Amino acid sequence: MSKKSSELPMGGNILEPGNAMQYKTGGWRAERPKHTPDNCLWVKNGTCLLCWIFCPDNAVKISEKDGKYLYEFDYDYCKGCGICANQCPNDCIEMEAE
Amino acid sequence: MEGLTGDAAIAQALKQCDIDVLSAYPITPQTIIVEDYQHFYADGEVKTKVIPVESEHSAMSACIGASAAGARVATASASAGLALMWEVLYCASGLRLPIILAVANRALSAPINIHNDWSDSYGARDSGFIQMYCQSCQEAYDTTIMSFRIAENHSVLLPAMVCIDGFILSHNVERVDLLPDDVVRSFVGVRDPVQILDPDNPITIGPLCLTDYYFEIKEQQDRAMKEVFRVYKEVESEFQKITGRSYGMYESYKTKDADVIILTHSSPAGTAKAVVDALRDQGEKVGVLRLKLFRPFPAAEISKELASAKAVAVFEKCLSFGAPSNPLALEVRTALYEQPKRPMVTDFVIGLGGRDVPPSTIVEGYNKTKQYLEKGKAPLYETLGVRK
Repeated sequence: MSKKSSELPMGGNILEPGNAMQYKTGGWRAERPKHTPDNCLWVKNGTCLLCWIFCPDNAVKISEKDGKYLYEFDYDYCKGCGICANQCPNDCIEMEAE
Repeated sequence: MEGLTGDAAIAQALKQCDIDVLSAYPITPQTIIVEDYQHFYADGEVKTKVIPVESEHSAMSACIGASAAGARVATASASAGLALMWEVLYCASGLRLPIILAVANRALSAPINIHNDWSDSYGARDSGFIQMYCQSCQEAYDTTIMSFRIAENHSVLLPAMVCIDGFILSHNVERVDLLPDDVVRSFVGVRDPVQILDPDNPITIGPLCLTDYYFEIKEQQDRAMKEVFRVYKEVESEFQKITGRSYGMYESYKTKDADVIILTHSSPAGTAKAVVDALRDQGEKVGVLRLKLFRPFPAAEISKELASAKAVAVFEKCLSFGAPSNPLALEVRTALYEQPKRPMVTDFVIGLGGRDVPPSTIVEGYNKTKQYLEKGKAPLYETLGVRK
């Protein structure tokens, strides 16, 4: 943010693709999603993933390790929009006040 | 040499400049430009992608998209059409896209009127467009060709308006000396864009800039506008070598020993020059400064040019409601403020809605200016040629 006008790309263009990673938007969050794995279809059998598909900030992090399906949120980027909680067919995500 | 209207002359220039995309919506008195261009397209004379759109807002938006992809782009509008483009004008300049916009100056509604005054493009004077006002069809043709070189220069990269008086120039046939196609092609060259939309090298054009960056981006734009003076002179001197024609940022006509300098532009400037000839025959020391470049405003040069006069009589076809005086006079007064000895400035609003501006209107303003000089005091502005 200390760059002078002469040091910035013309017209404020962003010349480097994918650099939204550098801007951590987690600080905007008023409510944080909390995941309960009991009824989660991903954790159970590696399906569903509606939350992962719809998250506008790629803040749902999923992985597989030793035959287990792992689930977490990336709170550096989660803005707390609640789309994941709305999408979940099994009510596994609850929004809690920060 | 051909007989062409101002609109047709601009259409010819656009054709020879080999534009890639033209997107426009018809509005009197600009229509002939796009109509002629559509003929060129239909006859296979141009390879341009012509995009007919449903409004001027869309026309400028399409131009922006094409220009961002690296194309050489032009459009044309006037009056209410230009007003509908308003929001997008600022995007074109803010994104630093060298789009050429031909404007056939026309009054704004209401009451609805199709004739000439400068309210439309004067209203857009803060939009970040370069503005050049032409006095003849030849100048409209020449300026359109030069405008691409000025706008696309890497020190500038700003959109530009080429303005002609609606009907008075847009629909009047004058002799126009056309350059051969290859001469124009080699003069304008091919656009060398700086940052373009390219799937192989993705960038983001037009991102959100809030409190932390917006001001810096506007600072860049302001600097680019200041570069126009230098680039304008360079491009014009190159053009002069080819054609023998040049216009300058402004034209001085018999101003050297003038006590009163009439300052105006576009068609009233031609009338003013004829008036000056007649008044000079009667022994009056009067001249004309005919402005061409209104944005950026060449304040430093003009203030020097005017400093030796006793009075400057501004004639302008725009009324800025509630302002202390009107757009052209405001610029002139600001330019003169730093001069140790300032001439008196009178401001005459003339010809709104295409009201004829005969020589007698210019003479009336001149005589009034002389009276005010004797009294040592002038009103901030007044209207001339209206039934009060």
